[in-house]
Amino acid sequence: MKFFKFLLVGIFFGIVLVKSEAVSWYRIFEMFKFQSFHMYGIIGSAVVVGIIAVWLIKKYKVNSIEKQEITFSPKDRVITRYIIGGTIFGLGWGLAGACPGPMFVLLGTGFLSVAIVIAAAVLGTFVYGLLRDKLPH
Amino acid sequence: METILKPWPWYVSGPLISLVMILLLYFGKFFGMSSNLRTICSIGGGGKFVEFFRFDWKAQQWNLVVVIGTIIGGYLAVTYLSDGSVIDLNPNTVTDLAALNFANAGNSLLPPEIYSWEYVLSSKGLAILIGAGLMIGFGTRYAGGCTSGHAISGLSNLQIPSLIAVIGFFVGGLIMTHFLLPLIFG
Repeated sequence: MKFFKFLLVGIFFGIVLVKSEAVSWYRIFEMFKFQSFHMYGIIGSAVVVGIIAVWLIKKYKVNSIEKQEITFSPKDRVITRYIIGGTIFGLGWGLAGACPGPMFVLLGTGFLSVAIVIAAAVLGTFVYGLLRDKLPH
Repeated sequence: METILKPWPWYVSGPLISLVMILLLYFGKFFGMSSNLRTICSIGGGGKFVEFFRFDWKAQQWNLVVVIGTIIGGYLAVTYLSDGSVIDLNPNTVTDLAALNFANAGNSLLPPEIYSWEYVLSSKGLAILIGAGLMIGFGTRYAGGCTSGHAISGLSNLQIPSLIAVIGFFVGGLIMTHFLLPLIFG
């Protein structure tokens, strides 16, 4: 039962991603071609509302459902890993048209071949783990 | 009801995605989908080979439940909440895609030219999906997050590293879309 709320959040997220068409390969292509405002509007408005929400949570020290103060962990202050890792991720995003949220949503919409992308993404994560100590961060 | 069945505009969808992040924060968690790929590696026994996968994955079960939810949500959205509208792409996008041998752009969520079994089971088609997946999985963990963890959660918390990662996402996506897709499909 403690997991039920997470299931509901996931279902809601999946529905939003389909109805917004953010799971569509075509929308990602169109975004990278700068031919539509749609995806920029989605990400932009999500970030604007997110910034206000996080600011309010910090300002009023909002507690979580477990009665603990909601905290945020800052990211490492380096550059290399974000630029190189981010660019490699972007190459895959532009090709598959899906990122780690939408790829699961697409499975639910009936595109079972997406399972190959998911399996390869798990393998790619494993390869990162293998090479982690040798990579510049 | 008719409004729900139509595609949702960006100014509705974007704030609803923030709501997902806010709910997860309220539940004492965080919004980041790519962490699940690491958790799956750990469950699959990755910790036997690599220290990076030796962690208490049971503490991440909640996020896997979110993933199961997204699969169900995807099914519910196309089965009960869609009226079969085609994606209202920019006509220039449709023309550009036709030049790359993508027909009927926008008639489905994904192009059959990449995701139909006919193409997937060709050696080129299989290489495309596996190559894309490897880059997504490797890149996202290297960068420490994906579109949800960096672009939404990180930017909402005004993290400069997340901004750098998002710039990286776009550099990669632009190279793929403008230079590599024409080589692969043109």
